[in-house]
Amino acid sequence: MKLAADIKKRRQDKPVLLMTHLVLGYPSLAVNREVIRQMAENGVDCIELQIPFSEPMADGPVILKANQKALAAGLRVADCFAFAAGVIAEFPRVNFLFMTYYNIVFRYGEKDFIRRAAEIGIRGFIIPDLPPEEGETYLQLSQQSGLAPIMFFTPTSSDERMRQVAGRGSGFVYCVARRGVTGQHTVMDADLENYLSRCRRATDLPLALGFGIGCRQDVVMLEGRVDMAVIGTATIRLVDDRGPEAVGPFIAGLLGS
Amino acid sequence: MKKGYFGQWGGAFIPEVLYETFARLNHAYEEARADASFWQEYTRLMANYSCRPTPLTYAENLSEHFGGARIYIKREDLNHTGAHKLNNVMGQGLLVRRMGKKRVIAETGAGQHGVATATMAARFGLACTIYMGEEDIARQRPNVFWMEKLGATVVPVTDGSRTLKDAINAAFRDWVASMDETHYVLGTVCGPHPFPEMVAWFQSIIGKEANRQIREQHGRLPARVYACVGGGSNAMGVFQGFLDEPGVELIGVEAGGKGLDTGEHASRMVGDLASPGVAQGYKTMFLQDRDGQMLHTHSIAAGLDYVGVSPILADLGEKGRVRFEAATDREVIRALELTMRTEGIIPALESAHAFVQAFKEAPDLAVDEAIIINMSGRGDKDIFTIAHAFDDSSWKAFIIGLAAEYQSSNR
Repeated sequence: MKLAADIKKRRQDKPVLLMTHLVLGYPSLAVNREVIRQMAENGVDCIELQIPFSEPMADGPVILKANQKALAAGLRVADCFAFAAGVIAEFPRVNFLFMTYYNIVFRYGEKDFIRRAAEIGIRGFIIPDLPPEEGETYLQLSQQSGLAPIMFFTPTSSDERMRQVAGRGSGFVYCVARRGVTGQHTVMDADLENYLSRCRRATDLPLALGFGIGCRQDVVMLEGRVDMAVIGTATIRLVDDRGPEAVGPFIAGLLGS
Repeated sequence: MKKGYFGQWGGAFIPEVLYETFARLNHAYEEARADASFWQEYTRLMANYSCRPTPLTYAENLSEHFGGARIYIKREDLNHTGAHKLNNVMGQGLLVRRMGKKRVIAETGAGQHGVATATMAARFGLACTIYMGEEDIARQRPNVFWMEKLGATVVPVTDGSRTLKDAINAAFRDWVASMDETHYVLGTVCGPHPFPEMVAWFQSIIGKEANRQIREQHGRLPARVYACVGGGSNAMGVFQGFLDEPGVELIGVEAGGKGLDTGEHASRMVGDLASPGVAQGYKTMFLQDRDGQMLHTHSIAAGLDYVGVSPILADLGEKGRVRFEAATDREVIRALELTMRTEGIIPALESAHAFVQAFKEAPDLAVDEAIIINMSGRGDKDIFTIAHAFDDSSWKAFIIGLAAEYQSSNR
């Protein structure tokens, strides 16, 4: 089943889905595996596996530091593919996506990167520094391989721009809640409300909302407004402070289960 | 060809949140470029505020010393704030006024672009934040002092290699949150479109002047033009005056650091360490590993210590219009010493790279030929680095004495 269809089907049983994120190799692949297990067993629907890059321009300090530490420990892109293949086979109920910056894809070779990702069962890509204007080949190859190139809506996007980018993507649309980088908190207010209804009008694709969501209350406020809540920096902070075993209860708490 | 591309290089690899910001910037830039009165306003401002046109100095003693081509030096060191950087900054400042923004941010490597931006912000009444790598702050403390005194906030960048590329990332992180009120004054001919083209346009004032001056003084065009290349803004500035003259050879000189074979350098167009990549919003030759992770770079000159190079220069290099060479840290110190002693001129460590290559080639050219060296900035700002490189004992004694004085007054 295509990613968008899978998300819509899951939504029939849940008020809002959950997508979590982790930086591969931080603090280690072994800890990543345990974190993913806890996420999967507690009902996470999608997981972003971030392949580290030395220049993560759109990320805030927490994810930036995680990228640098993973690379300093010697992590290679080949390790990321091997690890991803393993967890995809182990946790078939989760949709795994690769999140990274375009240079990683470009250096690997767009064609090879997308083919290899399809082979191991990756469902889509999130590449924050590749606007559709620069990603013709990537978009075409992804769609051909049945992988979802995830597009972004932002509060600065015009209605016209939203329709334009949504038309180029598939899977779901990643709605950025506010200006700025990852890892800062967001509150629901009239502006966000208005923005989300603009997002809803612009596309039939499922909507995911990210940036700064970290507690049950944040997730509840998204019910009925978007299809999927994105938990990014919060789990990295949690693992830093309390270790991977804290992730399961955290996820269960977010879902109120 | 696709907009913002130079051959296969360039583009605008920007996060979606900046899409509208770039649309507005492109609009303002294109409008200014189509408006002849904008360029007039710009050159008037530069004449009145910044000593333009800067002189083209005939270096008689150096010419005699090498016995070959007549050596002319384009004196961007005499531009206000001591480097070519102010040309770009004042141009973008005029654009900021047109766009009605109230705050500017910038990255800086050597600190020259930071000082220039802080100067422009003071003059135009704008709030100003400068991002600077921690390692560069240590190398260029005097410039930090001036930026702060000019009213700017200097934010040390402690991520990554703590140099120019990391300062650029930090500036972008500020911008994705602040773009409604803030303009990012990118300092070089790199980054996403329209920056390479726009910064090159403002810097073209150097080449326009140099072309006129060399004809007046030498009677005809030069055989060769030399410029150092970090991001490439001073090189693009002077080269644009001669790009359409096929008889003028253009030479870009990169940072050879401790030598190309050591891997401790910042040469993208010379040597075999760089490869095509996409980072910091544009596609060019980057110093990176096989996976696409940026490498550590080294240069004695903070302003050349950068992983990427202008997409315009990558294209001109690929097409063979610009020849690239590299100068080592050691050669740079020797060229600097010679220039000070024979001409009484102190080039910046960055600029001294261009002098190195010109000195290597001048003896082989005929005495009736001329060459131009673009002296992008003055070297007295580098006093700590240069004094250290010369291992100057009286300077060291002075610093030790001064430190002791501060320590005792702190007690």
